[in-house]
Amino acid sequence: MATKQIIHGIYSDEVPLLEGCKSLRASGIRVKEVYSPFPIHGIDPIIGVPRTRLAICAFIYGITGLSLATLMMWYMMISDWPNDIGGKPNWAYYFNIPAFIPITFEATVFCAAHGMALTYLLRCMLVPGARPKNPDPRTTDDKFMIYLELNDEQSKKADEILRSTGAEEVNYKGTIHIEPAY
Amino acid sequence: MNTDKLNFVVPSKAKMASFIMMGIGLVSIICMFMFDKQPDDHHYHQTRAWANVFTGSFFFMAIALGASFFLGLQYAAEAGWATSIKRIIEAVTWYLPVGLSFLLLLFILGQFHAHTIYPWMAEGVADKASPNYDAVIAGKIGYFGVFWWIRTLLYMTAWVMFTWKLRKNSLDADKVSLEESKGFHWKNVKLSAWFMVVFAVTSSTSAWDWIMSIDTHWFSTMMGWYIFSGMWVSAMITITVLIVWLKKLGYMEFVTESTVHDMGKWMFAISFLWTYLYFSQFMLIWYADIPEEVTYFQTRWESYKALMWTVLFVNFAFPMIMLMSRDSKRNFFFLMFVGTIIFIGHYLDIIMVVMPGTVGHHWTGLGWMELGTFLFFLGLFIYVVLNNLSKRPLAVKNHPFLSESLHHSI
Repeated sequence: MATKQIIHGIYSDEVPLLEGCKSLRASGIRVKEVYSPFPIHGIDPIIGVPRTRLAICAFIYGITGLSLATLMMWYMMISDWPNDIGGKPNWAYYFNIPAFIPITFEATVFCAAHGMALTYLLRCMLVPGARPKNPDPRTTDDKFMIYLELNDEQSKKADEILRSTGAEEVNYKGTIHIEPAY
Repeated sequence: MNTDKLNFVVPSKAKMASFIMMGIGLVSIICMFMFDKQPDDHHYHQTRAWANVFTGSFFFMAIALGASFFLGLQYAAEAGWATSIKRIIEAVTWYLPVGLSFLLLLFILGQFHAHTIYPWMAEGVADKASPNYDAVIAGKIGYFGVFWWIRTLLYMTAWVMFTWKLRKNSLDADKVSLEESKGFHWKNVKLSAWFMVVFAVTSSTSAWDWIMSIDTHWFSTMMGWYIFSGMWVSAMITITVLIVWLKKLGYMEFVTESTVHDMGKWMFAISFLWTYLYFSQFMLIWYADIPEEVTYFQTRWESYKALMWTVLFVNFAFPMIMLMSRDSKRNFFFLMFVGTIIFIGHYLDIIMVVMPGTVGHHWTGLGWMELGTFLFFLGLFIYVVLNNLSKRPLAVKNHPFLSESLHHSI
């Protein structure tokens, strides 16, 4: 069983925080999380967050919406009850395809947008009744925080790096026990 | 900012290429006027040759106009990200007077019946006694004639004046201190706000006057926006390709990858705006099926089917598939390749807008005439734009948002 120290490095600006993150990563320390009052552009590669896969999800949701809309319209307009609208009898789907395109488009956008929003909320566990996970409320106002979980040896190094890059406070918030992964 | 390569020198190869293109183009245009004859039809006055010259003149003028609009848009919206590429946009805009003079020359020649691009310019269309009498055009003649000429000259003057002033203020701002330069910036913001209002009206009405009036009997409320979206995406492609090319030559190191990525997004997004308007125009007419409206697409369906599908594929499906992912918009070679293809696609689009109303069923498919004219105007455009680019430093010195642009990161 490994014991890890929880460290909060508090900064008052995002520029020294980014410097701190770079130095930590350069010395092989994993930045667990960063809390900030506003989104910091370009932080993802610096703290080692992998590229988002939300775009792939969006594509899949879009394709789903497109297929569902096509299926729905094919069933309603061609298979179940063919109508003759404006002198254009619905004998085959491809025959009247211009009329079906607006709905296909809307359904694609609808499914992609809602799917993305729901995926994002679920992935962040932002469900009704969710508890706030922010360890220091000041990061919602004017402070920036690097959150670390490290063993003793790394803690000393991290402490030095945090202070040398301009952290205002380095707070030790107790330890957690992590079961080793077999 | 790296200050060694701030002054662009036109590479001799590029100059040579533009001259070769202009040479080949000029020879083709001369041949086109010699050989484009159909003696068995006395209404056919080298129409295809004239229509080709019109297409080339309009398309490249529209790119400059689109760039001018985009420059104004950045000021009016007080957007900072595009400050680092402002000089490139400015260089593209100043093809505008050249493009407009070609158009003006064509219009004057048309008024003296040298060509028959505009049916309403023909003699006696509104005169009941004349054999040329056309009841539909006679009903609309009040909108054409002198009124048309007043509008045309107004558009041309307004666009050139706005663009000239925007460019001048931008250069003057660099000659004074940072504090004084803010005055020029606010002048440009106000000027752009007015330009956006003027452009919103004139971009639509000019498309009706210059493009839609080729098919004088026909009308479409979508036409203005359709032409506008085409010119906008062509302008975005031109600017993007220029940036990528300049970066490859070692200039413009201060332009971040994110700026180019954003330009790629513009190419992608405006391709969809174009598709949306192209399809909306088609679908409404297809659905309503009113004879006087549907003739427009009947000509295209009968004689220009291949071109119609090519345009839709190249300008919609191709950018959609190719530019969807983030990586493709950050790969400079890819961006340049896709951009070039869509650029040609939009030239074909203007061909498809102009030809059916002029050449009509005499159309025999794309040929050397279209290629030659395209090359001539492309060569001229490249020459003028690169020349403009070499006259000013590539980087803006004083601009309130310059720093934001240099650190642009998404």
